[in-house]
Amino acid sequence: MVNRPLEYDYTIAKMFMLTTIVLGIVGMLIGVILAFQLAFPGVNTILGEGLAEYTNFSRLRPLHTDAVIFGFTLSGVFATWYYVGQRVLKVSMAESALLMFLGKLHFWLYLVVVVAVVVSLFAGVTTSKEYAEFEWPIDIGVVVVWVLFGMSIFGLIGIRREKSLYISVWYYIATFLGIAMLYLFNNMEIPTMLGTSAAGESGIGAWYHSVSMYSGTNDALVQWWYGHNAVAFGFTVPIVAMIYYFLPKESGQAIYSYKLSLLSFWGLMFVYLWAGGHHLLYSTVPDWMQTMGSIFSVILILPSWGSAINMLLTMKGEWQQVAASPLIKFMILASTFYMFSTLEGPIQAIKSVNAIAHFTDWIVGHVHDGVLGWVGFMIMAALFHMAPRVFKREIYSKSLMVAQFWIQTLGVVLYFTSMWIAGITQGMMWRAHDEFGNLAYSFIDTVTVLHPYYVIRGVGGLLYLVGFLMFAYNIYKTMSARPVEDHELQNASPMGA
Amino acid sequence: MFHWLEKHPFFFAVGVFVVIAFAGLVEILPNFAQASRPVIGTAPYSTLELAGRHVYIKNSCNACHSQLVRPFKSETDRYGHYSLSGEYAYDRPFLWGSKRTGPDLWRVGNYRTTDWHENHMKNPASVVPGSVMPAYKWMFSNKADINTAFAEQLTVAQYFSVPYNQSVPMKDGTTKVVKMGGSVAEANAIALEEAKIIAADMKDQDVKDTVARGEIPEIVALIAYLNSLK
Repeated sequence: MVNRPLEYDYTIAKMFMLTTIVLGIVGMLIGVILAFQLAFPGVNTILGEGLAEYTNFSRLRPLHTDAVIFGFTLSGVFATWYYVGQRVLKVSMAESALLMFLGKLHFWLYLVVVVAVVVSLFAGVTTSKEYAEFEWPIDIGVVVVWVLFGMSIFGLIGIRREKSLYISVWYYIATFLGIAMLYLFNNMEIPTMLGTSAAGESGIGAWYHSVSMYSGTNDALVQWWYGHNAVAFGFTVPIVAMIYYFLPKESGQAIYSYKLSLLSFWGLMFVYLWAGGHHLLYSTVPDWMQTMGSIFSVILILPSWGSAINMLLTMKGEWQQVAASPLIKFMILASTFYMFSTLEGPIQAIKSVNAIAHFTDWIVGHVHDGVLGWVGFMIMAALFHMAPRVFKREIYSKSLMVAQFWIQTLGVVLYFTSMWIAGITQGMMWRAHDEFGNLAYSFIDTVTVLHPYYVIRGVGGLLYLVGFLMFAYNIYKTMSARPVEDHELQNASPMGA
Repeated sequence: MFHWLEKHPFFFAVGVFVVIAFAGLVEILPNFAQASRPVIGTAPYSTLELAGRHVYIKNSCNACHSQLVRPFKSETDRYGHYSLSGEYAYDRPFLWGSKRTGPDLWRVGNYRTTDWHENHMKNPASVVPGSVMPAYKWMFSNKADINTAFAEQLTVAQYFSVPYNQSVPMKDGTTKVVKMGGSVAEANAIALEEAKIIAADMKDQDVKDTVARGEIPEIVALIAYLNSLK
């Protein structure tokens, strides 16, 4: 080990790269099917009447959200952790047989949980809580997988050579702690097999069924504290971890400001958790909580933009790279969409705006400009950066990357513009009264008017999926078609120059 | 301080945890005892209604339908009185939803009938031209899971003191007792009695025959649940 660079071990990173791509395709494909089901209801019986129970919109919808959040995104988070963690802590996974074993266990148990989720959601076994649909046996599996992830993080930190934790590691630690807290509290439930009848029977009914420990308004409060912050600690925090590592690495530029990263990290940690109440405006949750949710959502612009601006300023003096390198394109567009989405969210959290936006497609549009533009682009960029290094092969096709970039950008733009128009149109029609004070539109009027926007959204989603398939193909060809370099590509990026 | 924290991962993690847990403590805990009290007129779900609620959840109806009437004129005109916190006291989980691809259902029992639901679930577009809702034909043949609904009743009565077999006050000054069976057999018998009332208003001969045989299709339970939303 004397005087030569550490040889990092990417076994587990590679495994999670595979699930990122496979589950990404699955999740996005289901999303496209859902989009076309709303535009053309006939698509609900795409596999015939006999299978309609399993292919209709409502059964597929949780599969889409969970496949994208816990399949695609979380795999991407794990893959990048098993890559970035070693490098910023200056320690190889190969140095610890225990960590290697835990990492592999982490992967295989994760896969088991994914299979269990897919089977149970197709069967309609769900708690109905968004992004927390899993019944208690699966919850236990999720907790075990998460604990293994934590052991990997803190285990690697425990044997590190670099004493100071790099910014990305802060964010990975926060991801672990945040999700752990949220998931545990939101999934407090009692298995109904514990109920005993007066006749002394117990273990009645489905063994996997459970009932929430919270009821009504409280349940809603805990669920959206969770739901909003699952977005925070799944879609924001670990993705920021990625961009803090991959953008400086790929561009060769140092992070613009350490102080700005401090401010945005601790600010984000403190403010984000308060904002969940903005999902419950005008509900039966007490007014002061709604107002807090609203106010903190607006404050949230500060730490969010802090990170995004830090990223953009990191490119100071090097903007020609955006034109030259497709990978920089992906990351700069990602941080731009992050800024865009974290401005849009607070606007929707203002009470008077929320009165129109809530329950409409504008919210769906907001989620997707964040997830497609920010999360999706950043994860793909991370994998593009990692691929040449973990496979010791140059990226298969740079022009394919550029084509993918533009196709997907067009897809995202079609998606969110159509959903804005759809959402605001519907929100305004719901509340419209005629000159006599009667409702101006019946509900179905506000549905049929959306048809053209649903078609445009479907096309936008399809373009994004096509781009993702190009990404998968490019990575596959990188793995298989290129000659192996005799050493890991250490410094120069294959995209540079 | 921050430089020191970045070299001491344990204290760093503790710091992060305190900062993120703070909001939950301040925001969520104070409301807990208060919000779970039922208002007058709110009764627990019967066995059949609860089984119907499970059908609703199984098919993620909440993905497209809300159960929360906001306090705006346009909403009270369309759906009825705005929602009160105590009305949800027995809702585990809550089913407010986050998207109204279809209309709100919190008071659907006030303005839709068994007959309407039957036609609508078989072919939504035949009742509401232009509807994008899929048909739910399998609910006419799948059987409702009464045992699990009964197990849930037992569990909530045992752990959360939900008042089954006790009188609860209604808005008109009367009281109502929601019966819970003493055994699996009794629970199924109670559910079947309710199911017969629903089936009597339905047209589908297969459903009528099934109920007459002593089995309950999902659609019957679902309609019982939807009718209970008032």
